[in-house]
Amino acid sequence: MTPFFQSIACGRPATSEFADPSYTSNARGHAALGISQHMILTLAFRNLFHDRIRLAVTLVGILFSIVLVAVQLGLYLGSSRMITGMIERSTGDLWITAYGAKSFEEGGILLTPRERHQALVTPGVKSVIPLVVSFAEWRKPAGGSTRVVVVGSDAEDGGLVPWGLVEGTWEDIKAPEAISADQTYLKDLGIEGMGSTAQIATGRVRVRALTRGIRSFTQSPFVFTPLQRARNLLNVEGEKSTFYLVQLEPGASVEEVKSQLVRKLEGAEVLTKQEFSDRSLTAWLFRTGAGIALIGGALLGTLVGTVIVAQTLYSSTKDHLNEFATLRALGSSAGYIHKVILAQAGLSAVVGYALGMSIALLVLWLSRNSPLPLVMTPGLALSLFALTVFMCAISALSAIVKVTKIDPAVVFSR
Amino acid sequence: MSSKQPVLVAENVVKELGKGAGKVMALKGVSLSLVPGELTLLMGPSGSGKTTLLSILGCILTPTSGEIRIGGTATAGLEPEALAELRRKYIGFIFQSYNLFPTLNALENVRIALDVLGQKGYPAAARAEEVLREVGLGHRLQNYPSNLSGGEQQRVAVARAIAASPAVVLADEPTAALDSENGHAVMALLGRIAKEQNRCVLAVTHDPRTLGYADRVIHIEDGKIVREERRPEGINSPEITDLTKKRRKANV
Ligand SMILES: Nc1ncnc2c1ncn2[C@@H]1O[C@H](COP(=O)(O)OP(=O)(O)O)[C@@H](O)[C@H]1O
Ligand SMILES: [Mg+2]
Repeated sequence: MTPFFQSIACGRPATSEFADPSYTSNARGHAALGISQHMILTLAFRNLFHDRIRLAVTLVGILFSIVLVAVQLGLYLGSSRMITGMIERSTGDLWITAYGAKSFEEGGILLTPRERHQALVTPGVKSVIPLVVSFAEWRKPAGGSTRVVVVGSDAEDGGLVPWGLVEGTWEDIKAPEAISADQTYLKDLGIEGMGSTAQIATGRVRVRALTRGIRSFTQSPFVFTPLQRARNLLNVEGEKSTFYLVQLEPGASVEEVKSQLVRKLEGAEVLTKQEFSDRSLTAWLFRTGAGIALIGGALLGTLVGTVIVAQTLYSSTKDHLNEFATLRALGSSAGYIHKVILAQAGLSAVVGYALGMSIALLVLWLSRNSPLPLVMTPGLALSLFALTVFMCAISALSAIVKVTKIDPAVVFSR
Repeated sequence: MSSKQPVLVAENVVKELGKGAGKVMALKGVSLSLVPGELTLLMGPSGSGKTTLLSILGCILTPTSGEIRIGGTATAGLEPEALAELRRKYIGFIFQSYNLFPTLNALENVRIALDVLGQKGYPAAARAEEVLREVGLGHRLQNYPSNLSGGEQQRVAVARAIAASPAVVLADEPTAALDSENGHAVMALLGRIAKEQNRCVLAVTHDPRTLGYADRVIHIEDGKIVREERRPEGINSPEITDLTKKRRKANV
């Protein structure tokens, strides 16, 4: 016997006569104490693993939910990034658009140089960079056509330049007829790559630079070219532009400059980067219903998962009701029993999340080269975990309601 | 008579069970008190109200009328959580069908009872091991109930009931599911718990084999105590029946 053992035994009547013969000869000592020290978790864990099939159903339910929600929200995030990519990459603080411009791709009627000059003389404005953006018809060299989004922008202005260049440079795009295209869409564009020629509207173009990863939510590939060539290709007269990108003097207040511009520019809208970004998102995700479908899918996944987990947790609780009644008879508080059920729910959540996340990440990896790659962020991963815990906690409710109704008197009538 | 203060007192307890036409008067005015150091048997035919009385004494059921006092606390009007606290503080239960947790081993079955009382960690584990050794199961600590004999399971249940040293141990037909040898072993254990650990032990039984271990036998019929027998102090004969017949108490 260790001294500690004696110390906890003191203060109680001597009970040595009760000892079995193995008491003193047992050399194993307290090997038994190595096991889990947390009884609530131990009981929850055992109850959970006691019925493997039910555990499997629970985990599949959670896994299904997580994968479904991860895919839906991953698509949503991926779409959002594609939709706002151009706006996020731009260096402007404010966007001047035609009144009612719907999105980056649908700028509406053109702005005139007059608006540019008015903006330029506004205090706090450092520069006003014109951009020409429009859908256009792309005629493939081998016949047939598709739609592209032409982005006309001068790199010298520093407003919006193609990123992720893997071949060629901006200087190369300045050459006659030159454009940049994205590797992802070569097939859609019906071209080989560097040096290929095609036609945009009525003008001949030649691929002089290749980017990687400039994807388009509309599935119409982005094609970069200098501002003036874009105007020529798209038949834009004079010095007109789709957008003006406003860069501010250091220290100038975005809100202040914005309100001054709003006052000056009639018929045009002035939006912050965030506002324009949100507007584009609304246009493509919500006006089209795509976003609703994605979010609806995520909600459905949550709902189905919750129902499955609630069902299995409830039936597990029902099976172990006698044990819970025994706990109650032994004097446990209702809270103690609730903790056991919540621990069961929590353990399911952790295991289910780990499995679900692994599969979601696999799907993510598989989608990396698709037209619409899924996106996972630490924030989304965390939200999914919170969702799983929430789902399991909600599921625990029905079990808790059930267990709250047990009459400890049943312990005598088994 | 013992001069000790009673720990548990029941006064004129009435209990109605069921509703409407199925309503049964399970207890019709029962009074008794339990003092430390005694093993009391509660005997009576099936349906006489033994389990109901035990449930009320153990604060699992509340009486329809009458009073229960445990350690000086009256239970009337207490909320379920307050009753649970009284059970935690004063009562250890032993059940006919053991009611062990099938997914926990012997040691864990005792530990969870301590855990419920807020006794956790190493000291609780050591205490659980100690009390299992007391009931002769030092070599079965890691066994799950399914790998224990009925007698061993009931001894785990006894260990669980006494682990926290409750003042009162209540057992409902603890030997009913056991063979003769194990029945005797469990009764002997309960007798020793009463005497050597100075607890009130009340065991419901209709098993005549258990009589020899009793300090006192209360007979109940149709919801009323009809007879109480007491073994004279100092007499250790297991044959209590004849003796107690002569010493029937009138004050029940
Ligand atoms: N939940 C209940 N509802 C209605 N009647 C009950 C209930 N439990 C027990 N009874 C009745 O109360 C009486 C006493 O039961 P019980 O205390 O279990 O007897 P014992 O343990 O002595 O066999 C019996 O007539 C029984 O049928
Ligand atoms: Mg009974």
